Order: sequence, then structure tokens, then C-alpha cells
Amino acid sequence: MSILARIGDHKRKSLRQKLADLNWFIVFIIICVAGIGFAMLYSVAGGSIDPWAKNQFIRFLIGLAMMIVVAIIDIRVWMFLAYPLYAVALGMLVVVDVMGEMGMGAQRWIDLGFMNLQPSEFMKIALVMALARYFHCLSDEETVQIKSLIKPIILIILPVVLVLRQPDLGTTLLIIMGGVAILFAAGVRMWIFVLSFLAMIPALIGAWQFLQPYQKLRVLTFLDPEKDPLGAGYHIIQSKIALGSGGVYGKGFIQGTQSQLNFLPEKHTDFIFTVIAEELGLIGGLSLLGLYLILLAYAMIVSVSVKSQFGRLLILGMAFTFFLYLFINIAMVMGLVPVVGVPLPLVSYGGSAMLTLMVGFGLILSTAIHKETSIPRGGAFA
Amino acid sequence: MKPSDKNKLKMYTRRATLVSGGMLLLSSALIGRMYYLQVTSRSQYELLAEQNRISMRLLAPTRGDIVDRYGRPIAASTTDYRVNVIPEETETLEDTLKALKAYVPISQRDNERILKASKKQRSFMPISVASNLDWETFSNVNVNMPDLPGIQPDVGTTRLYPEKELAAHIIGYVGAVSEEELTGDPLLEMPEFKIGKNGIEKVLDEKLRGSAGNSKVEVNVLGRVIRELSRQDSLSGETAKLTIDIEMQKFAANRVRDESAAVVVMDIHNGEILAIASTPSFDPNDFNGGISQKKWDALREDIRKPLINKAVSGQYSPGSTFKMVVALAALEDGIVTVEDTHFCNSRYQIGNRTAYCWSKGGHGKINIIQALGQSCDVYFYDLAVKVGIDKIHDMAAKFGIGERFNIGIMSEAKGINPNSDWKRGYSNEPWSGGDTVNVGIGQGFVSTTALQLAVMASRLANGGKMIWPKIFMDETGTETFAQDMGINPENLAIVLQGMSDVYNHERGTAFRYRLRNKEYTLAGKSGTTQVTRISTEERNSEGGVIKNNEKEWIGRDHAIFVGFGPVETPKYAVSVLLEHGGSGSTDASPIARDVLEYVLDKHSEQEEQTVDQGQPV
Repeated sequence: MSILARIGDHKRKSLRQKLADLNWFIVFIIICVAGIGFAMLYSVAGGSIDPWAKNQFIRFLIGLAMMIVVAIIDIRVWMFLAYPLYAVALGMLVVVDVMGEMGMGAQRWIDLGFMNLQPSEFMKIALVMALARYFHCLSDEETVQIKSLIKPIILIILPVVLVLRQPDLGTTLLIIMGGVAILFAAGVRMWIFVLSFLAMIPALIGAWQFLQPYQKLRVLTFLDPEKDPLGAGYHIIQSKIALGSGGVYGKGFIQGTQSQLNFLPEKHTDFIFTVIAEELGLIGGLSLLGLYLILLAYAMIVSVSVKSQFGRLLILGMAFTFFLYLFINIAMVMGLVPVVGVPLPLVSYGGSAMLTLMVGFGLILSTAIHKETSIPRGGAFA
Repeated sequence: MKPSDKNKLKMYTRRATLVSGGMLLLSSALIGRMYYLQVTSRSQYELLAEQNRISMRLLAPTRGDIVDRYGRPIAASTTDYRVNVIPEETETLEDTLKALKAYVPISQRDNERILKASKKQRSFMPISVASNLDWETFSNVNVNMPDLPGIQPDVGTTRLYPEKELAAHIIGYVGAVSEEELTGDPLLEMPEFKIGKNGIEKVLDEKLRGSAGNSKVEVNVLGRVIRELSRQDSLSGETAKLTIDIEMQKFAANRVRDESAAVVVMDIHNGEILAIASTPSFDPNDFNGGISQKKWDALREDIRKPLINKAVSGQYSPGSTFKMVVALAALEDGIVTVEDTHFCNSRYQIGNRTAYCWSKGGHGKINIIQALGQSCDVYFYDLAVKVGIDKIHDMAAKFGIGERFNIGIMSEAKGINPNSDWKRGYSNEPWSGGDTVNVGIGQGFVSTTALQLAVMASRLANGGKMIWPKIFMDETGTETFAQDMGINPENLAIVLQGMSDVYNHERGTAFRYRLRNKEYTLAGKSGTTQVTRISTEERNSEGGVIKNNEKEWIGRDHAIFVGFGPVETPKYAVSVLLEHGGSGSTDASPIARDVLEYVLDKHSEQEEQTVDQGQPV
């Protein structure tokens, strides 16, 4: 509370006021999405809350609490913490990297005793916050200058290199795209993006050399899954069969033959959307997508009424990250993009991604609550 | 708001709109893809999902039995009590097997086989532990199931030949389907499925096989059956009923057990084969699970050829049993009557060659009946030359010599009923008088099977009716209409009298082996055929022709006898053929006598009982 005390802000809202301003409809939609997740985890366990649905529910309750706590904390606190959090996240990535180097086994997480912390997940939020703060502090003239791009690019590249070394291609792509989205929204000149995109092509060819064999295989299998129907292509083929055979109305809850008879791989994690589409059909799939779009629409609409650039970019960054999760996951199970191991937001079984996304939504909600708060360019506590 | 902030908001709003538009566009792509998969291509994926989920399990049909004329099984599908183990249901496989040893003997080799199999296949797939268990052992296992986790008692079927080698040549055997025998019928690809490999098992395979049923089951990705969706039971194969009387067969086969021989017993009125034995034989049960190389080699290398059905595949000179044909040809031609006689001085001159009679002293003045009863060779040399090969050939054809009857068992040989045309095709040489002389006593080019000889005897004994041999019982059970061959009954009576004399006249060749103490008598004709040519030196040497029992087995004469009985009202005919058996009269005729006695007493008794009971004949 000492930080808030230093702000000495006469416009500071009371806790009660903040809770009243919290968009409970959006909280309800989030609960609905998570609810679909519990139901599907119950289904893929053959109609049992064990081993997945119950755990997921407990995690969600923790996430929900965190989200609300994050939401009611003043946005200026978050802006103040942006760089420190980035530094901590980067430090943890280094620790994980060094641990791998020292032969303690390639790990993506740090065991904190009570939970496993994935620094790369943490970094997704921290990078968005850091970039949002950076651009907040630039004048509009500075924003369009080329030299202003040096710092944000370094901010992006540092975690990218570390995450790529883990190696985690999916998360790397999410971090890059999340960062680029902030750059774009902040107003970096359009031709820079066009040029960078063109430069990507030779870079991609170069990057191909650095990919791990299993990653190359994933890309190749994506391009032609039938080539290896029993090996790596099997997942995609079975997923498409499950989706397609679900039809418009689906085979019924706990009635999906592909998922219940285990033809579908990873059905409780990466391929849970397939289970929804198989058992609840096109209607089920579209309903979930609809809920996601409501959340995104809310975030994007509320962002333009936010007074601070930090808040706007924060919302956009978190919303875009959220979108990337759902798009890559759904596109992946439908065979539109390679299998990169990105979970379906709030639905796939697993704690780390859920926590990231809940905290991310907490930040969006926090910004919405504090949208009237204007922050000087020099910083909240300058 | 400062102007700078306003500009920032303007820029942000523009860019955020673009980002939102991008997200919407990508979302639309997702929706489009979803529509394509779930609506446009749905049926295709539905089919694939069904193929994943549904597995058709074939249900093997029970193979039809092969039974004798009274319904007694010769080849049967019997229940096979087996014990399997399902590794995943055991606590440890070793413990379960150890516990099972208290009830079922398990060899060290079996133990290793099971443990090896458990590592290779999925843990829910049963592994065979033991089969062919007796009922007591099997029920013991069933009772103790609670102590045997993972043990699965199973009842299957296996082919059993209860009479073992008794009818092996006609029944054949079953065996695993070889690659060349695959037709695409999935039934043939079932593990453990057996098809007929030889004999009736092969000829009637499709009828005996039945048709497969199927069970549609839902399986998971590992192939584990979740539930049965639908089921169509298999249809058992048809039962094949033979004309064989298995007890008659047993008697005939046992009577020649130590010989390399063939015996055929036939009903002269309808051609039904009551017994058709060939020795030595083999046990078709050995072929069920694939015969061992050692046993197979032993069967193949045996000089007495146990794998050959000598009754239909072996071709032999008929020897003197052919004399009835020569006699009838001459009688029908009218060139000889019962009054005519010929003088036998044991020699017959044809061109520059001398042919001999078996009787060194000669038969003296004899007529046709005496010539048959005493089997005078000289008489028939002369008669054959007089009547000519073409008439002999025609008469032989009427009696089935050189004819393949296709009775429905495998490897039926045709034999040779020679004439000048045949010889031209055979060696491009003209028929000579010497050839006719040889054929006159059933030697030379003429060659027959035991089955043909039985048919010949039947057609003689039934008064010249053209019966056809058959081994499958007619569905209706009616006697087949036999065409009269138009042979003068008086001539036929002359020949039958000669045949009766063989057993019953004191000078008959088989008089010593006649049937005694019965109210009926038998008739027949012996034949002894040389395997090696008797050289002039041998014939003129001090000891004369070398006696059979002084020769190696393979060099001894074949002994043949055809017969029928009773003479008074003929019913059954028999042919006996002993490879290298010695003499037709002393070695083959007693066998023919015993077989005829059996068929006339025991078989007839059984037949009457069956008729009394109203069962189909």
C-alpha cells in the first residue's frame, strides 16, 4: 500500500467502487468458458471428475481469485512494476537456461515448492507490460522514429533467444507476435512492418536450420499429414476425423467415438477443442468461439476509451495474446497450422497457461476499472 | 487531454481497429474451416470414424462331419477344451501360471513360449496355454477360477478322425491354409482356420466348410473390444454321408493290415462302396496341427507308400482276373461255346515266341468253365487270339476297365484298356499277336485299379447291369437305375459258373480257401501278376521259376482276387489286391473270402436292423 500512498491520488477509487466497476458480465463469460472446459474434461475422462475436471476446477478458482485481485490493483502500480517484472521474468529465463546448461536437465519451469513456475508464461505478460510502458513514455513524434525501435526490439529479442533455447517454438512465436502487436498498435510506421515481413522470408529459411528435428517433422507433417499417417501425421488426421464426424449437432456428450475410444491424442490438453466439436458439433464449436469473441470484443472496445496509452496497449497486448492462443489451438486441431502445442484458453487441462490468461484478463479488467486514470508520460511516479 | 495524447489515441484507435479486423478475419477462417470439416466433408469423416471404431470379427463356422452310412462319424468337429491366459488380468503372469500348474501340466517350453508371447502382444489379448484338455482337467480349471486370475477357459473346435488311419485315404485331412490357397475370402485368413487338403475333405471342402458369421464390435484405439454391436452367427457346414460301413471298412483294413494292399467292397446292385481300404495308411489326425517333418519324411520314404490310395490310384495288371472279360467277349462273339475244348500242354506258340501256362504239366483237354476255374493260361492265349483285341477291348470297356469313375475322392487313376489305336498313340507301333496273347491273361498293356476290378465283379454278378460305383449316399436314398448292358444271360452264367468253380470245384484254384459251413457259397477269380519278367534261363534252370517267398518283397508277384457272393443270390462284390503279396489264389483269395463272409453276415445284419428301425438306407 506504500506505493499507492505515494501516489496520493485524490481520484483513487474505493475497493467497493472498484468491485462495482468490475465488469461482472465478462467475469461470467470467463466462468462459462471455463465451465465448458470442466464439462469436456469430465467427458474425456469417460464421465468422471477425476483425474482432470476436479483439478482444473480448483485451479480455476485460484485463477479467478488472482484475476480479481489483479483487476482491483491500480493500473499505475502495474505500470510501475512493468520493468521490474520484466527483469524478474528475464532473470528466471536465464536461471532455467543455466540449469539446463549445467546438466540438471532441460526444464521449462522452476520448482517453487508449492507450484511450478514457467518463466516463459510469466514473460508473455511481462513483455507486454514492459513494451506498453515503453511506448507510453514516448511522445507521438518519438514513436515514429526508427531509433525508438531499438529498445523494444531488444526487449523482444532477449526472451525470444532464451525461450528458443529451451527449445519452445510455440511460446517463442507467441512472444514475438504479442510484442509485434504492441509495436503495431503503438503506431510504429506501417512500412517497417511490410519491410520486416519481406525480410522474414530469408530469415525463416535461416531459422529452419536451427529447428530441432522434431520441430521440422511437425512442420513437414503439417504440410502433408497423409505422408506419415501412423507417425506424426496421425494426430492431425485423427483430429480431423473426429471434428468432421461430429457434424452440425455432434455425437452427444460423452458419446464422441474418436475421443472416448482414444483414437484422438492429447484429448484433454491440446486437442480438447476437437472433443467439443465431435461431441457437441459445429454448434458447440461455434458457441465456444462466440464466447471467446465476446471477451475479445469487450477488451478491444473498452481499450479505446482508456485514457492512458499504457492501459490501451496493455489491453491490446493481453487480448491479442489471448487471441493467439485460441486461434493457434483451434487452427492446429483443424489442420490449418502445424501442431505447436498451444493450449485452448481456459479450457485445456493445465495450470500455467490458465494462470497466464487469467492474470492477463485481470490486467484487462484492471485497465477497464481504471480507464479514467491518466498517467503522465514521465511515468506514474515521476 | 494533451494534443500528443489525442494523437496517440487516434493512432491507437486506427491500429486497434486493424488488429480487431485481423482477428475477426482469422476467426472467420476458423469458422469456414469448421464448416468445411463438419458440414461439407462430414460424410467422409463419418465413414473414417466408423472404420476406426467398428471392427468386424469373423466367427468361424463348424466344419460339417463326414459320417458312414449309419451316421457314425469318420471325420468330426469336436469341442476342444483349451485354457488361455490374459496377461493384464493376472497379478503377475508367472504367479498365475504357477497356480495353474496344479491343474494343467505346463512344460518348461510352454512356459517360455507364453512369457515370450506376453512381451510381444497387447496385454488384453489371450495367449493359448494348453489345448486338447480332457473334460476333467477342464472342469477343474473352471472350478478353481477364483484362484487363477487371468485364466480364461475356452471351448473351440478341432477336427477329429476317430477311426484314425482306417479311412484316411478317402477322407483325406485338413490343414492350415497355405498362401496359394487364399482366395480373398477373409475366412481363410483367420488364424487356426483349417481347410480340406486331401480326399473328401478337399473335394467337398466348400460344402463341409459352412459359412462364416460375424460379430461387429466397437474397439478402441488399441483394438480392445468395448462392446458387441451386432452379431450374425455362423452356419455350420453340411454333413457328408458316405456309403461306407465303417465297421466293414475296419474289418477289411485290419484283414490286410500287414500288407501293402487295397480292398474294395461294393453292393453289386447299386454300386455303393461299403469299404475301400488301402494299407499301410497314415493317421489324418497328425496333419491337423501340421505334421512333423520327421513323420512326413517317414511316410514319404516308406517303400510301401502309405500316402497312396492303392484302391484308386494304384494301377496294376489284372492278371487272370481279366479272363472273365476275354471269356465273355468270345462267348458273345459266338466263336466258342461251353462244349468247345482246347488242349493245354503248358505251351503256346505265337510267332517265334513261346508263352507258358502257370501249370507246368498243362491242363489237358478243358472247356471254358474249367479254364476259368483252373485259370488255364494256354486256353486264354488261344481264345484271345481267336476273338481279337478289339472285341476284348469293347467287353473290357463295358466292365469299367480303363474308366475313371470320378466317384469324388481324389487321385482316381484311369488304368489302361488297350487296343490297336491305343498302342499307336502309346508307342507308334502296330498291335501284334503277342500283345493279344499277353492281354488274354490280363498281363501286358492292360492295367486296372482295385476299384475297377470291384466294378467289373459287380457288373458280372448283377447280371450285366451297368452300375456305377459311388461313395456318397444319395440324398433320397433310392437305388440308382442300372442300365442292362445287353449281355446274353446264358453266356454270363457260363462265366459265373467258372468263377464259382474257383472256390467250389475241387480243381478250382482257391478250393482250399473256400468258405465252409455256410448255407451259401462264394465265387471269384484269382490273379497273380509278375512284377519281373521270367527269363528263359530261369524257367529252364534246375529249380525252375524262383518261388515268391525266396524273392525280395519288391520283386514278388502282386496277388489279386475278385469275388462275389453269395453265388445263389449275388449281393456283394469284392476286389483284393496285395502288392507283392505272392499268389492270388493262396494269398488273396482267403482275404476275399473273409471279407465277403463279413459283408454277407455282419453287414447284412446291420443293414436289416437299420431298415427295421426305419432309418434311411
